[in-house]
Amino acid sequence: MRYLPLTTEDRSAMLARIGAKSVDELFRDVPEAARLNDLIDLPRRQGEMEVERQLKVMAGKNTAASDVPFFVGAGAYKHHVPATVDHLIQRSEFLTAYTPYQPEIAQGTLQYLFEFQTQVAMLTGMDVANASMYDGSTACGEAVLMAHRVTKRRKAVISGNLHPHYREVVENLSDFGSYDVVREAPRPNGDEDLTSEIGKDTSCVVVQNPDVFGHVRDFSALAEAAHANGALLIVAVPEIVSLGLITPPGEMGADIVVGEGQSLGNSLNFGGPYVGLFAAKQKYVRQMPGRLCGETVDAEGKRGFVLTLSTREQHIRREKATSNICTNSGLCCLAFTIHLSLLGEEGYKRLARINHANAGKLADMLAGVPGVKVLNDAFFNEFTIETAKPGRDVVNALADKGVLGGVALNRLMPDEKAVANMIAVASTEVNTDSDRAAYVAALKEVLA
Amino acid sequence: MSGMNKQGRPTGIGEAGAASHETFTGNRGLQLEEALIFEMDTPGASGVDLDEPEGFAPRLGGLERKERIGLPGLSEPEVMRHYVRLSQKNYAIDSGLYPLGSCTMKHNPRLNEKMARLPGFADVHPLQPQKTVQGALELIDTLAHWLKELTGMPAVAMSPKAGAHGELCGMMAIDAALRARGEEGTRKRVLVPESAHGTNPATAAQIGFKVDSIPATEDGHVDVEAFKAKLGPDVAAIMLTNPNTCGLFERDIIEIADAVHEAGGYFYCDGANFNAIAGRVRPGDLGIDAMHINLHKTFSTPHGGGGPGAGPVVLSEALAPFAPLPWVFHDGKELRLVEHAEDTDGQPFGRMTAFHGQMGMFVRALSYMLSHGSDGIKQASEDAVLSANYVLASLKDVMSAPFEGPCMHEALFDDSFLKGTGVETLDFAKAMIDEGYHPMTMYFPLVVHGAMLIEPTESESKDSLDLFIATLQDLAESAKRGETERFAGAPFLAPRRRLDETQAARKPVLRWAHGRNDVGAKAAE
Amino acid sequence: MSDIRFTKDHEWVLLDGDTATIGITDYAQEQLGDVVFVELPEVGKSIEQGDEAAVVESVKAASEVYAPISGEVVEVNEDLEAEPAKVNADAMGEGWFVKLKITDEDELEGLMDEDAYAKYVKELD
Repeated sequence: MRYLPLTTEDRSAMLARIGAKSVDELFRDVPEAARLNDLIDLPRRQGEMEVERQLKVMAGKNTAASDVPFFVGAGAYKHHVPATVDHLIQRSEFLTAYTPYQPEIAQGTLQYLFEFQTQVAMLTGMDVANASMYDGSTACGEAVLMAHRVTKRRKAVISGNLHPHYREVVENLSDFGSYDVVREAPRPNGDEDLTSEIGKDTSCVVVQNPDVFGHVRDFSALAEAAHANGALLIVAVPEIVSLGLITPPGEMGADIVVGEGQSLGNSLNFGGPYVGLFAAKQKYVRQMPGRLCGETVDAEGKRGFVLTLSTREQHIRREKATSNICTNSGLCCLAFTIHLSLLGEEGYKRLARINHANAGKLADMLAGVPGVKVLNDAFFNEFTIETAKPGRDVVNALADKGVLGGVALNRLMPDEKAVANMIAVASTEVNTDSDRAAYVAALKEVLA
Repeated sequence: MSGMNKQGRPTGIGEAGAASHETFTGNRGLQLEEALIFEMDTPGASGVDLDEPEGFAPRLGGLERKERIGLPGLSEPEVMRHYVRLSQKNYAIDSGLYPLGSCTMKHNPRLNEKMARLPGFADVHPLQPQKTVQGALELIDTLAHWLKELTGMPAVAMSPKAGAHGELCGMMAIDAALRARGEEGTRKRVLVPESAHGTNPATAAQIGFKVDSIPATEDGHVDVEAFKAKLGPDVAAIMLTNPNTCGLFERDIIEIADAVHEAGGYFYCDGANFNAIAGRVRPGDLGIDAMHINLHKTFSTPHGGGGPGAGPVVLSEALAPFAPLPWVFHDGKELRLVEHAEDTDGQPFGRMTAFHGQMGMFVRALSYMLSHGSDGIKQASEDAVLSANYVLASLKDVMSAPFEGPCMHEALFDDSFLKGTGVETLDFAKAMIDEGYHPMTMYFPLVVHGAMLIEPTESESKDSLDLFIATLQDLAESAKRGETERFAGAPFLAPRRRLDETQAARKPVLRWAHGRNDVGAKAAE
Repeated sequence: MSDIRFTKDHEWVLLDGDTATIGITDYAQEQLGDVVFVELPEVGKSIEQGDEAAVVESVKAASEVYAPISGEVVEVNEDLEAEPAKVNADAMGEGWFVKLKITDEDELEGLMDEDAYAKYVKELD
């Protein structure tokens, strides 16, 4: 078997040194009742060619984003990733390296983590960022738990315009930790005001920018209201490219910013792996979950990097850890940081402008289709349209015509009647005039 | 002699140069020093060519970003060189053996990478209409089938994003089951061996359980009598790793499972060490209720310098109804992704993550499984156990093993053999770096002093194992001869010497910032 | 003999009138390694004997520090925030953690005196 180097002779020699007659002797502690006589009922080994053949058939049953006019967003976005990124993340020393617990032979990993942390802090306008979480939604959940620790309170107020998946993750963690969640109803017009919901027992207020309907808002006043009550403001940013154009949450007064980094460097991958961003104010650094990389010097006085503040983590604090998270998103984090390094200040901002311009063009064209209303005045690269037909039916009908036109909000919020006919439409730099024309044409037919 | 090349030059070795050779750049041959990207800024530069959108008119409600972000500008060649140089400072499985116990650092097949990058898998959005992603659902369903067959369990939750996330999932399912029985308030105690990995008690505590520690016997197994004495009507579950963190199979595991079930509790199994038994033993036959599987360990998905991982959780009949959303199942006609509790016939406890799970890792794991087959998986487990025992048998006389063999896929040593030498486990490990090896897992499990846990995996050739063994022998004998200078201050030859972790923790510097004054940068000048 | 007393968990307590100063012993700081951070309680907090009074962290370990005696926190050693190394350099003096206003001096009964503690530590190694 191509991945197994030991030969029959090797095995005999090894058994001889061990003093066992067969490998079965080494498994002697396995209870009789659990010993299998036969191979498990699964296919036998196959060569590369056969494996490829099977998996290509499976892959062929999916519609890839690049193959059709594509406008699907709602928390994951199709962007163009430069060839350099995928090439670099496949270098052996990045791909097959372990967690950098032995810093002397992991400076490659540690330095890019330090650079990543710096970039995330810069983008979000915060003091400090960690070395990434699993994804935006779990980062959001952890942020709420952190707010409870910091404020010593137990109640979180969650915007109705937060991505429902993010909200469900927060609710799940709160449910099991016996915390309270005040959940607001969604406000598709983007006019939500949570100020009156904040009390002296509130630990945090969680909002999203741009929100799930695409609205872009200023949360400075909300930050003040939260702080006046001793609560923290948490802002979630599922489309990280938006920060190339919009005022960052740090400048609005956010205490913790969480985000999804998938848009930079990472493919859609049907939902994972992604890369969660987590940034906070300096004073809360010891309450942050996840890995942190710090700068130091070595025995010869040379600058180097190490994982630090490890006593927050589970392998040391065990039941008193700030989280049970034992990983970061490693390679996805690397892809993010390489893409952002390639873009640089000018490229990142220009990319954001292109996204916004494309979305604007599409919004205007769709608004011109009879029966279509665009709900947003201010948006980044995603907006919501409403028609006379159920959103799911429209999306499915568009798909039949070869256009992936967005996400029916009803799919994310089946209980909210108000959104039944709404679709979240995303448009990035990948969309062309031809894509937009195809969307308009298909939508006209579907709504006729 | 016409036409002769008269440009001869010496090609022998010549005089040996000075041992320490200073250079102008600070570089040492192929070992290159590399600055931070922020220190290489060319303002206005970009490594991506993008056209400015014509007639740009923002509609952002006045929320345009005004301040400079601070990102450096670089061209593509500069970026390429930066990261290639960084990569050259890393040890990796592709470069050498990682004897890390409980990490299962096996070979990462490149076929997996190729398959994961097929556009039909990589370029698909989780919220596309389901009829446009039937192949993706089929991949998840197929992987789920393999996981269930290999473990002998009826159900699997696919969405957890890592091993620890899987632990959380399993314990949440247990809590949900207790809740459904009306016993959540009364059963708040979880039994965890003292040898357990820190994630186990951290996970239990996060859900509001109280952790009660079970001692180990002198031969490294769970003390079954002590465990039974701790059972009671307030016990929610036991969390066990099997094989355990000492590298031993818990031979009383069925008795333990029966006892906890009789007491009304559940059995969570930490699957980190599944590589010892995959294809030979089904955890379902041992009586477990839930077990997470680290796809990045047993099923070869790459560690990527710290992630991403994936931790699907197999579940018993008792826990299956509580599996988190989304569920993937075949409705007779087609594969469906179910995202809301009302659409299931169970009581899913909620959602652990946005979207559906680590699809990219699923493709890689299935590619590995299809390549190995049930026969290859079994062979891999046997080779893993054989290799660890070979290491144990070869080193237990010159080093010290607290438990008489045989072990499973990892061999545990302690620091008794270093007593009186002036060399600690840490120094021993750092000296391995100079020999070209990543150190083994150190100081874990906590139940032995100065622990060294070695897991070679099935990916090592016998030659590779023999050299590794010979090296550790040499190091052990050197320590016993009192050659402390080889160890104190090691490593000497890595890209960096030992790093000041005390300073890093006392005065954390967690990012670069304009105009910051740091000792390291000055030293590098 | 001084009024200093010791617990089995390597905390020391020095009584002066009704104020008790608490810290960890030299043995404890050596076991921990370089101290990087000390988490101190808020002034005004009431602590019972045996409750967690502080947490001391080194790079690789974190240890709870338990109150050897009950009382109300009247002062904490703020120097430790900038200079946690004081715990290593002078655990018995400048590395003190907390000052408590105590209620019951009798709680000190049963704690070891200097000689008893020295003997206890010797037997540990």
